Amino acid sequence: MLLIPCPYCGPRPELEFRHAGEAHIARPANPDATAAGAWSEYLYVRSNPKGRHIERWRHASGCNRFFNCVRDTVTDVIEATYPAGEARR
Amino acid sequence: MIVRQRSGTRLRFSFDGKDYTGVAGDTLASALLANGVHLMGRSFKYHRPRGVLGAGAEEPNALVDVAGPDGRSTPNLRATTVELYDGLRATSQNRYPSLRFDLGAVNGLLSPLLGAGFYYKTFMHPRAAWATLYEPLIRRAAGLGEAPRRPDPDHYAQRYAHCETLVVGAGPAGLLAALTAAQSGERVMVVDEQAVLGGSLLAERRATIAGQPAADWLAATLATLAAMPNVQLLPRTTAFGYYQQNLLGLVERVTDHLAAPDPALPRERLWQVRARDVVLATGAIERPLVFAGNDRPGVMLASAARTYCNRYGVAVGRRVVVFTADDSAYAAALDLQAAGVAVVAIVDLRPDPSGPGVVAARAAGLTVMPGTAVIATTGHWRVTGARLSSNTTLACDALLMGGGWTPSVHLFSQSRGTLRFDAARQIYLPGTPAQRQSSVGGANGVFDLASILAPLAVAGDIPAQGGFLGLVPGSRATGFVDYQNDVKAADILQATQEGFRSIEHVKRYTTTGMATDQGKTSNMNALAIAAAALDLPLPEVGLTSFRTPYTPVTFGSIAGAARGALFDPVRKTPIHPWAEAQGAAFEDVGQWKRAWYFQHIGESMHEAVKRECLTVRRAVGLFDASTLGKIEVVGPDAAEFLNRLYTNSWSKLAVGRCRYGLMLTEAGFVLDDGVVGRLAADRFHVTTTSGGAGRVLAHMEDYLQTEFTDLQVWLTSTTEQWAVIAVQGPRARDLLAPLVEGIDLAAMPHMSVREGRIAGVPTRLFQVSFTGELGYEVNVPAGHALAVWEALWAAGAPYDACAYGTEAMHVLRAEKGYIVVGQETDGTVTPEDLGLGWAVGKAKADFVGKRSLAMMDLQATDRPQLVGLLPAHLPQEGAQIVDRADPPIGSAALGHVTSAYDSATLGRPMALALLAGGRRRMGQTVHITTATGTMPATIVAPVFYDQEGARLDA
Repeated sequence: MLLIPCPYCGPRPELEFRHAGEAHIARPANPDATAAGAWSEYLYVRSNPKGRHIERWRHASGCNRFFNCVRDTVTDVIEATYPAGEARR
Repeated sequence: MIVRQRSGTRLRFSFDGKDYTGVAGDTLASALLANGVHLMGRSFKYHRPRGVLGAGAEEPNALVDVAGPDGRSTPNLRATTVELYDGLRATSQNRYPSLRFDLGAVNGLLSPLLGAGFYYKTFMHPRAAWATLYEPLIRRAAGLGEAPRRPDPDHYAQRYAHCETLVVGAGPAGLLAALTAAQSGERVMVVDEQAVLGGSLLAERRATIAGQPAADWLAATLATLAAMPNVQLLPRTTAFGYYQQNLLGLVERVTDHLAAPDPALPRERLWQVRARDVVLATGAIERPLVFAGNDRPGVMLASAARTYCNRYGVAVGRRVVVFTADDSAYAAALDLQAAGVAVVAIVDLRPDPSGPGVVAARAAGLTVMPGTAVIATTGHWRVTGARLSSNTTLACDALLMGGGWTPSVHLFSQSRGTLRFDAARQIYLPGTPAQRQSSVGGANGVFDLASILAPLAVAGDIPAQGGFLGLVPGSRATGFVDYQNDVKAADILQATQEGFRSIEHVKRYTTTGMATDQGKTSNMNALAIAAAALDLPLPEVGLTSFRTPYTPVTFGSIAGAARGALFDPVRKTPIHPWAEAQGAAFEDVGQWKRAWYFQHIGESMHEAVKRECLTVRRAVGLFDASTLGKIEVVGPDAAEFLNRLYTNSWSKLAVGRCRYGLMLTEAGFVLDDGVVGRLAADRFHVTTTSGGAGRVLAHMEDYLQTEFTDLQVWLTSTTEQWAVIAVQGPRARDLLAPLVEGIDLAAMPHMSVREGRIAGVPTRLFQVSFTGELGYEVNVPAGHALAVWEALWAAGAPYDACAYGTEAMHVLRAEKGYIVVGQETDGTVTPEDLGLGWAVGKAKADFVGKRSLAMMDLQATDRPQLVGLLPAHLPQEGAQIVDRADPPIGSAALGHVTSAYDSATLGRPMALALLAGGRRRMGQTVHITTATGTMPATIVAPVFYDQEGARLDA
């Protein structure tokens, strides 16, 4: 079970969180003007790396805030967590 | 077979119904050996007689079933780890009718047929016979003990703990690490799977530490640690799993060793410990040597024989032969000799052994036979002789094997540390750790006590040095590699001949290393045999992964208190007690218990549902809709937020009005639906499906927090605050009117909301309908709900009102073609597919899912569309729909039935279905598959009753 440092509540066990997919997948500013190919990339294409990965978590049984988390998918070492909206680490 | 006076309380026990006596401190294995019993089990596949191989958790052979009080039984326990108590009753496993006379032993004669992958080959044809004949036969003939049939009567506890240093293993390396860490004053936990702490020191009678006998140093060290307030010592506690960020799973056996445990105590305690630093002092496990007949009772690991002698005072034989490629077996030979056992010879595979053990053995007058192998054994119930490569046979009643030592890197590997192969010593060692963790002592490949305990002075130790992997030269390949799964060297060779090259494949084909012991004594030999056959260096064959748990863990300890009523939360509405008193049947909807139907005496379920439906259509019914999800959406941008989250347009919705809202995923598929009422310019009462409340709130929060951060909106779940009583039917207004204050019911239009009071309680009163009749949903604070329900129930008596349950609710809504998300939808259905295109605000600039609705595939005209069906009989929900009464095998389905009910109102069965291009096929006949064939059905519009909606606002 991961120990996840919530940027708002501090380190908490993984049980309190829900995974919310890859981070920094921004919704296109003007969806109607987005070409079909780019839109389906936004919907479905994810990087799925082996190694350093930035993902979103929601502190579902805590503050209910979404935040970003830099985790190595091989070692599960969490490098950093930071509020949603901050620049990519 | 007692070598010295065994002190301690006498304990009576039985094995296979026969009574024996042991002493306090014994394991079941040591007590049986003390009574001269070597035969403890039958092997998994060939039913060969087996005795103990080891003396600890690595034991593959001696699996027993231990009976407890009140019908308790625990199968598959290793006799080497079962602590003896007075009255213990154990039985052997995998034999019929008895351990001595086992019919399954005929499998041994069939062994040419039962080699590697036999179940893939021998039992292939006919295919149908696998499930009915072969598998049940094999399962009965092979296998482990019998699982208990009754619910587990014990209780289990769970604890969480934190510490700076967690030491796993209380042998010399672990104790020294614990002492060092504890002296800093930080919190230290020391766990060990055995009943007594000390590890290898418990069987050490030769070495001295700091000038005193090892046992004295051990006692003093344990006393020091026990006296430190920052140290917690946990014996009988197995660290079975090593997880992320230094979280370890431990299981502490609290009562299994007690004859009459205090019933207040849990049987086991599961610990989850988060440690800053972890020290793995898990030791090493001795390996057997692979030669023909290496599995006869009496053939065992040298270290095990030494443990039985030194720790338990039990000789494993009167005349023993030691067969070794490792110095440590000399210590066993010397200790057994000192205890009065005749050591016939030490047969050493190495041409020129020369360690301190060899010197000491020769000085003690023992016969050392270098460059010699044991290539076979004689005997049946017990080994009687060891045949040597020199063609002589040495008579013996025990044969001790010293194949070298394998560091116990299981937990290190679970922690995702990388292993490195020491080619010179042919062992895997911990390499780079992945967490704050270190390996010490035998687990780190350090086998000599002087290095482990430096700077303390150590004398008299005979450390492990040497070892041999693979099939012993000169032996036939019938020697066993994996005792527990009955895998021979020949099986590994056969697998490589049949083309398997990776150890992962060899493992699965032969089942080597797959038993409950996970190959603790067998993996390295299997690797070496495969590597030699493939002519590859050992590491290139690969290494199978080490998985949790290190040793088997009971389901009980993992479940803890989470079973029965505590397995999952049960949610009940405030009106639940009333429904229960009325004899309602309940159904599970998520975690909710919902009243399903209210059966009167003498009624069948079908008749009850029919009565409830007709009463609502004719008069009025009450329905507990409290499980509806409710979210209060508040803030200056609340309407704009809903504009973006729902397909509908909300800006122009007047205060006091409601609208049916449809929520999509970004991919354009229906996620949820529900009625939304506007209470003020900046305040909305949003309802969701009962099962979708949490999902919808998370979805809303996601967009609010991460995409639409420009909006000032606050979301609050109010599901538990508001109870909801639906009052539905032509007499609904008449029923409510006398109880309502401050609301002009007659002036309320369909799809509106008012605030006022009902039965003296504040209410948000919605005029909405999920039945097609004039309907209201009375929202009241949950604490008042039961009283309000009872007031409404009393007010309904003159109208012959009924209470109706979820089944009638479903029939009534289906007659009107109202969808249920999750029943008519499956995550791939668009609003247009459901005929709900009218609810999509196409003029809106944007909403979640809008762009996707314009994608080509979502615009296709042959997509599944919601239709009504008039079938000949009641079909199964989920049944496939085809276009022929006799579809040939392989026909494509046109769609499937999503809802099907016997409609009392229509007097016939009806169904809703998703059908490809269905709206173009009105009036056509399709065929619904059944268990025996198909039934015809006519396609109609998905509204079966009151198509104009005249009854809604009657």
